[in-house]
Amino acid sequence: MNLTLRIWRQKGANTPGEFVTYPVHNVSPDMSFLEMLDVLNEELIVRGEEPVSFEHDCREGICGSCGFLIDGMTHGPRRGTTVCQLHMRSFQDGDELTLEPWRASAFPVLKDLIVDRSAFDRIIQSGGFISAPTGSAPEANAILVPKESSDTAFDAAACIACGACVAACPNASAMLFTSAKLTHLNVLPQGQPERDERTVNMVAAMDREGFGSCTNHAECEAACPKLIPLEFIARMNRYVYRALLRPHRHPLAERIAPGAPSRAR
Amino acid sequence: MTQQFISDRAVGLKAPAPAGKSRGVWPGNPVVALWRTTIGKKAVMAVTGVILVGFVIAHMAGNLKIFLGEKAFNEYALFLRTVGEPLVPYSVLLWIARVVLLASALLHIWAAVELTRINWAARPRSYAVKRSLATTAAALTMRYSGVLLAVFIVYHLLHLTLGAVGFSSGAFSHESVYHNVVTGLSGWFVSIFYILAMGGLCLHLDHGIWSMLQTLDLNTNRISRRLRLLSRVVAFLVFLGFIAVPIAVLAGWLGPKE
Repeated sequence: MNLTLRIWRQKGANTPGEFVTYPVHNVSPDMSFLEMLDVLNEELIVRGEEPVSFEHDCREGICGSCGFLIDGMTHGPRRGTTVCQLHMRSFQDGDELTLEPWRASAFPVLKDLIVDRSAFDRIIQSGGFISAPTGSAPEANAILVPKESSDTAFDAAACIACGACVAACPNASAMLFTSAKLTHLNVLPQGQPERDERTVNMVAAMDREGFGSCTNHAECEAACPKLIPLEFIARMNRYVYRALLRPHRHPLAERIAPGAPSRAR
Repeated sequence: MTQQFISDRAVGLKAPAPAGKSRGVWPGNPVVALWRTTIGKKAVMAVTGVILVGFVIAHMAGNLKIFLGEKAFNEYALFLRTVGEPLVPYSVLLWIARVVLLASALLHIWAAVELTRINWAARPRSYAVKRSLATTAAALTMRYSGVLLAVFIVYHLLHLTLGAVGFSSGAFSHESVYHNVVTGLSGWFVSIFYILAMGGLCLHLDHGIWSMLQTLDLNTNRISRRLRLLSRVVAFLVFLGFIAVPIAVLAGWLGPKE
C-alpha cells in the first residue's frame, strides 16, 4: 500500500504549526497505524529530518497514551479501537489521510501530534481518596456489591483517559471522562463515604481546566475507544444534583489539585 | 500526561493557582453552588426547558380550538383569564403563568449564553478536518434556532398578545381573539415568518426534549433510542399543530365572518 499523509507539524507549545504532506510507500496492511508512522519516521531520520512526534506506550489499547484524529475521526474510523490497535487494512491503497492532534484549550499541543493532558490528572487528583483498606485482600463477602453496580463500575473503569471524548466533542467537553471516573467509584459501596465531596470537586476541577459543557451531541460516545456510554453523563448530573441539593450537616470541602489553573470566569 | 510539562504556564493560557491547599468550602446555598458548575447551568436549561416545552404543547393544543369556530375560541381565550375564579381574581393565574414563563425563557437564554461562551472558549482553534459521527443537524443548529425563537417570541408578543405591531389602529381587540388571529395572519409575510419560526421550534425541540431528558438523568442506554424518537415525534406534532393555524388562514378556511 502507498499512502499520502497530511500531518500537523508543530515544533513546540509556543510555535505556530502547519500541515506537511508526506508520502509513505510499501505499507503492509498488517501494520498497525503507529507501526506505519514508525516506518515514516525511520525514513525521515535517514533523510535527516525531524521525525513526527506522537504519544504511545502499550500499543495494546489499554494505556490511553496514543490518540490523534485521522481524517477528522478520533483514533481513526474503527469504532471502539485505539489508534495503536487500528490496522492499515482499514484503509485503501492510495488514501490521503489528515492527521491532527486533539484540539482543546485544556489540551495545549506540546509537539506535532502530542498534547498535554495533565488537565485530566488534575481532575483525578481533585477527587481525593477512597477509604478502602489497602492491606491484605479483605474477605470477599465482607462488603456485598450488587451485580448491576459491579458491572456498571467495570464499564466505567474501562476509561483509559485518552482524551478522544474531549477531542470529538463540538464543545471540547470532558464530561464523558469525568462521568466515567465518577461512576466508577460512586456506584460501588466502597465509594460511598466520600461520594458527594468527590463529585463536586471533580466537576469543579473539570470546569476549572477550561473544558466546555455538554450539549448532548453524543459525539464522545461514538468516539470512545472503550465504548463508555453517554448514559454516564446523565448519571454524573444526578450525582451533582444529589451532592448539592442534599442537606449536609457540614459544608462540603473544596479540594483543588496542585497546579490547577485559577478559574477566570 | 507527564508531570514535567507545565505547559499551560508555558502557553500562558492560565495563571497558576496557589498550589496544594484547599481553597475553602462549597457554598451552602444549593442554587449558588449549582450555578457555579456547568452542570448546574445545564440543569437550569433543562428545568426551564421542561416548563417551556409544557407551555408550547398546551399553547399548540389551545390554538387548535380555533377550528371549533369563533365562539368556542373566544370563550377559550376568556377562560384563560377567568380560570380559578372566584378563588383567585380575574386573570391572576394568567399573570402568574406569564411571569413564570418569562422568567424561564430569560433563565434559559442566560444559561445558554454563559455555556456557549464557555464552549467557544474551550476550543479556540477548530479542526482542519472533522467528521461528525453521532450528532444531528438539529443539535448543531440549536443556537441558531434558539436565536430565531427569541426573535419570534418578541415579535409574537408584540403582534398577537399586545396588538402593537401588524395591526392598523382599532383592528386589534382583546375581546375578539378569533378576529385578531385571522386578520393578523392574513398577510403572506407574517404567515410565512410564523411557519418558518415553527420550523425552528421543531428543530429546537427535536434535540431539546431529548437533551433535557438526558440532562435530568432520565436516559439509559437501553431507552436512548426511544427517548430520541419520542423527542422527534413531539417536536413534529407541535410543528404540525402550530402551522395548521396560519395555513388555514392563508387557505381561507378560517373566514372573518363565521
